[in-house]
Amino acid sequence: MRERESPQSKRYVRLVEKEQPKVSLKSNLANAFLIGGGICVFGEIIRTYLLYYGLSNDLASVWMSIALVFFGSLLTGLGIYDEIGRIGGAGSAIPITGFANSIVAPAMEYRSEGAILGLAARMFIIAGPVVAYGLISATVFGLIRSVFR
Amino acid sequence: MNFLLAFLFGGTICALGQIVLDKSKLTQADLMVILVVLGSLISTFGFYEPLTRIFGAGAMAPVSNFGHILTQGVIQGFNRAGFLGALEGGLSQAAAVLGAAIVFGFGIGFLFRPKG
Repeated sequence: MRERESPQSKRYVRLVEKEQPKVSLKSNLANAFLIGGGICVFGEIIRTYLLYYGLSNDLASVWMSIALVFFGSLLTGLGIYDEIGRIGGAGSAIPITGFANSIVAPAMEYRSEGAILGLAARMFIIAGPVVAYGLISATVFGLIRSVFR
Repeated sequence: MNFLLAFLFGGTICALGQIVLDKSKLTQADLMVILVVLGSLISTFGFYEPLTRIFGAGAMAPVSNFGHILTQGVIQGFNRAGFLGALEGGLSQAAAVLGAAIVFGFGIGFLFRPKG
């Protein structure tokens, strides 16, 4: 792509960069902190309820994650999570709701390319690497830990 | 108090992540992968479980917890049934959340249209 750029397009890119509103680093940070922290508090509210109704710590943690995945998916479907993400940045990507968002958003986007190579394949465009690297590091580190105990 | 701890810890992870995003060329996908691997590494040394006990959802909601669950699954699986257990263990611990993500993801992706 790069070598096809004409002088005009380079000038255009420079213009766009100049005209773009400079979002200060501080406000990005504060937003990420507030939204990420807020999602965690929401999770903690769910967890507190589940613990109150007598679920074990482990089960409450799993159900909380499932609930967060559900809300993350639903809000993405309604187009609300993208708005949250525009403000929250990393604060909306790092919680597990962001993982759900990374599955649903491309699924919706590429649905028109078909049910198999569109919707189902694109679901994993970010979730795939996350699961792959997670499982690989878990297996490698976990085995090293187990063997050299 | 629990809510405050969850807010502060979860918020801090996200703020640190935002610094990485702003100061580097890394994308949100890169950040998620890095966090999962980091969670796995912290869990290997046994430090993640105490974090979840202190900060609750503050440590459980970020994707790093996914790395923690996978790693503990591998370790527990190995202790139970050796190498086969290790291979089973990782995904078996995370299966419920992963299954939910795939089912909800497909369902919502099928039912809803992107805006605009």
